[in-house]
Amino acid sequence: MTDTPTVVVIGGGSTGTGIARDLAMRGADVTLVERGNLTHGTTGRMHGLLHSGGRYAVSDQASAKECIEENRVLRDIASHCVEMTGGLFVQRPEDPDDYFEEKLRGCRECGIPAEELTAEEARAVEPFLAKDVKRAIRVPDGAIDPFRLCVANAASAERHGARIETHAEVVDVLRDGGEVVGVEVEHASGPGKRTSPANAASGQRTHQASGTTEEIRADYVVNASGAWAGQIGDMAGVSVEVRPSKGVMVIMNTRQVDTVINRCRPKGDADIIVPHETTAILGTTDEEVEDPDDYPEEQWEVDLMIDTLSELVPILKGARTIRSFWGVRPLYEPPGTGTTDPTDITRDFFLLDHEERDDLPGMTSIVGGKFTTYRMMAEKISDHVCEKLGVEAACRTAEVPLPGSEDAGVLDDYMESFGLRSPVARRSAQRLGSRSREVLGGWSGANPVVCDCEAVTRAEIHDAIEGSGTDLNAVRIRTRASMGNCQGAFCCHRMAQELHPDHDERTVRSALDELYQERWKGERHALWGEQLSQAMLKYALHATTMNRDGDPAARDEAVDFGAFDAGPAAEAGSADASGDRAATDGGDRAD
Amino acid sequence: MPIREDVLVVGGGLAGATAALSAAETGASVRLVSYKKSTLRFASGFVDALGYAPDGEGPIADPFEAIAELPADHPYSVVGEDAVREGFELFDGVVGDAYRGGHTDANALLLTHGGTVKPTARYPESAAPGLASDPRDALLVGFESLTDFDAPLAARHLSAAGVPFSVEGVTVSFPRRFRADAKVTRFAKALDRDERADGAGTRRALAETVAPHLGAAERVGFPALLGDERADEVRADLEAALGAEVFEIPTGPPSLLGLKLEDALYSALDEAGVRISTGNPVVDYEADGERVRAVYVDRKGQRVPYHAEQFVLATGGLVGKGIDSGRGGVEEPIFGCRVPHSEDRYDWFEDDAFGDHAFARFGVVPDAELRPTDEGGGPHFSNLRAAGGVVGGADFAAEKSGGGVSLATGLVAGRNAGEEAT
Repeated sequence: MTDTPTVVVIGGGSTGTGIARDLAMRGADVTLVERGNLTHGTTGRMHGLLHSGGRYAVSDQASAKECIEENRVLRDIASHCVEMTGGLFVQRPEDPDDYFEEKLRGCRECGIPAEELTAEEARAVEPFLAKDVKRAIRVPDGAIDPFRLCVANAASAERHGARIETHAEVVDVLRDGGEVVGVEVEHASGPGKRTSPANAASGQRTHQASGTTEEIRADYVVNASGAWAGQIGDMAGVSVEVRPSKGVMVIMNTRQVDTVINRCRPKGDADIIVPHETTAILGTTDEEVEDPDDYPEEQWEVDLMIDTLSELVPILKGARTIRSFWGVRPLYEPPGTGTTDPTDITRDFFLLDHEERDDLPGMTSIVGGKFTTYRMMAEKISDHVCEKLGVEAACRTAEVPLPGSEDAGVLDDYMESFGLRSPVARRSAQRLGSRSREVLGGWSGANPVVCDCEAVTRAEIHDAIEGSGTDLNAVRIRTRASMGNCQGAFCCHRMAQELHPDHDERTVRSALDELYQERWKGERHALWGEQLSQAMLKYALHATTMNRDGDPAARDEAVDFGAFDAGPAAEAGSADASGDRAATDGGDRAD
Repeated sequence: MPIREDVLVVGGGLAGATAALSAAETGASVRLVSYKKSTLRFASGFVDALGYAPDGEGPIADPFEAIAELPADHPYSVVGEDAVREGFELFDGVVGDAYRGGHTDANALLLTHGGTVKPTARYPESAAPGLASDPRDALLVGFESLTDFDAPLAARHLSAAGVPFSVEGVTVSFPRRFRADAKVTRFAKALDRDERADGAGTRRALAETVAPHLGAAERVGFPALLGDERADEVRADLEAALGAEVFEIPTGPPSLLGLKLEDALYSALDEAGVRISTGNPVVDYEADGERVRAVYVDRKGQRVPYHAEQFVLATGGLVGKGIDSGRGGVEEPIFGCRVPHSEDRYDWFEDDAFGDHAFARFGVVPDAELRPTDEGGGPHFSNLRAAGGVVGGADFAAEKSGGGVSLATGLVAGRNAGEEAT
């Protein structure tokens, strides 16, 4: 091949963005297409655990070894996305002793640093652990922000010339002479559509017209659409038997624990608590679903998380949850394996080359796998693609830090530098990492806090808008704005307002509506106690104070302004009542 | 000496204050017990009557006409139209010149900081020049560092809403520089004190900043931060310097207009001789069969009884915590009064964020006397009445009816309690 080889990657999750980065760094001309915003599928709907591998140390040692290896890589290349909280596998009196021993041994066999703690020692680490826990194993689990990680991968890919096209749903896989030659995408309408940097090098931005379709031709297509891989497969006429499995995550209003807490028993629902930013996330369940876009989200699942995990951390029983969400794992097993319980399906990933498998050259699907090992998966599939395309460059993603993690020392002293109060500065710097100076220092106007709960300033919001256009949910995942306790009650409209005047009033309004409805989707699952009070306050602020539900600009019928109170003077029938009242004496309000 | 009153009101918001004032008018001795600051600091300061019908139809021009159409379990239907009118009359007496709107039955349409207009019945005098039915052209002014109000965007939004005047918006920097995320109260203080800014007083400096943008506008709207203690002076100075009328647009919390309303209510309570105990929660009660004898206030761990002949429960709705909930159900936490709700938590809400939420109507079920009732429909107690947000049956946020419901039910509950006690 003489020209630069072109590749289309389908899917803007961790795997897709990881592949896009890897291939772009090796010199391929990459276009990534994603039907929603980045992380829209499974990546944005997980508990944010950076595995130590401890979880798989008994059941799947190969995975466990990959996990600890990648755990170390990510701490290095994605330091601004990772918080090394440490993790505990906690045994309750009713949990089996032999499993505990096996876990400890398994960790050591896999090279996972593991230390046995007595109950007292474990409670010294996490004071809210139940009084009757028996003992624990300490492992290097961590918390990772999947949003920040994907955005950083996409940003790095763009820096290497890739095109990242969000809100572009694949509607067809193009074939020519028995070979896959590209995809056809439909650009979505509405505020979600991103103004995309079609040519990052020249800094030019083009806007893909909403509702239009586009054929993107490529030398190779990578199907990294996870739980949706079967649907893409159908378009190409091949069968990819993904077995989507849903899991619930319940978000608490505060960090009841600062360490990842795992239940040390063979398997079961509701066995992990991950501290994540200002919250703690309880997880999860494992239930096979037919359709990854349409499955029930049920009360019992939320209740199960709280009731079961409070056996480990009793204060969860009465604590406040702020929302719940569900994610769909893209589980896969080769045809004929026949596992019935989704919990038993391997977490390993599979590279399905459709040329070898289905006699359809030009496309490979990647299914299964785990978030923690996304980079390794991306490396393997990129190796595969490069081999097909004759690209010889080697993978560098394990060594080159992601944008934001390039200079570890940069987080040191932001307290004063940008005129932000110190907790705000600290939170900003934690999110932005080595980009702090560029984002905060490059902002010239007033820089007030837009989201109080998460301490997000205007400069950071504008940086996100620059990266994601008018999609406020994309701004949200980049900044955490509207993800705190108030769930956007005080800041949804403020975030939207920052779009103006670059975007018109109508666009701002629909962007706000979209964000507001998205927030509500998760809040619905936390509507009792404090959070129901909070939801009522939010409803009152937006409906009573702002009348957003009765907005005449959004309604069909025009308002008859003449039928309403125009002031006492108008009432008295004085035609020129208002005229020059103020202009002459400025203070006459004796009416 | 034990604390004993004719009427004891639990709750210090608009409904509690109204109930206490209306009870005091009957000649009864009244005490008001309130735990925290009222939710008025979250409120716009507008006092709504009824802006939209329960089916969403609206905005309603004449709220009193629409009351007759409400369902039987709506608090307005329970107390009747006359009580709503009397409630507003009582309010007008309390706030005097500080509020407008009493000259007509019609609703007014006021500008909101979200760029919409909303129907309301009473509005602060400082908001009056901003009426949306007034045809004079307007300029809206926002401040760079105040993220709650984007004036140019609000102007575009109002134009899209079809307001009968031309409206422009401008964002300026406030002449006095504060740290970037200073609250509205800090802006108000600078204007109150007329602190030095850019070589002049803040008021003059602000007027000079705004003047070049005035154009043909005859009125100028600012976010509601134009002074606190000396607000009248601030506005008069700005109007004189700008040669245009000046008005305020309420913003989100902390709301100065809401806090000013709270001040006005507490002055009226003082004048009416109502005793006020604040800062401690009511945690329990003592009953003698059908009658409440006392409520217990938790004063730093010590349970102090407050005796009375009659009691009014005005503890608010979900926001004020007059209604409490858990995963298992919904309750009125002090007396355990019945709050109807589905057993299935997932029936409490709709999937649309602005849907017809059941939770928004959670509250006790009053009889004709406003006494909370039990399963059988009889009152829990013969001498306990309820007023305001704790009463169910109205979605005040959707209807824009919260103020009026508090006034009408407060008036009736307080008056009946006072008359029966004396």
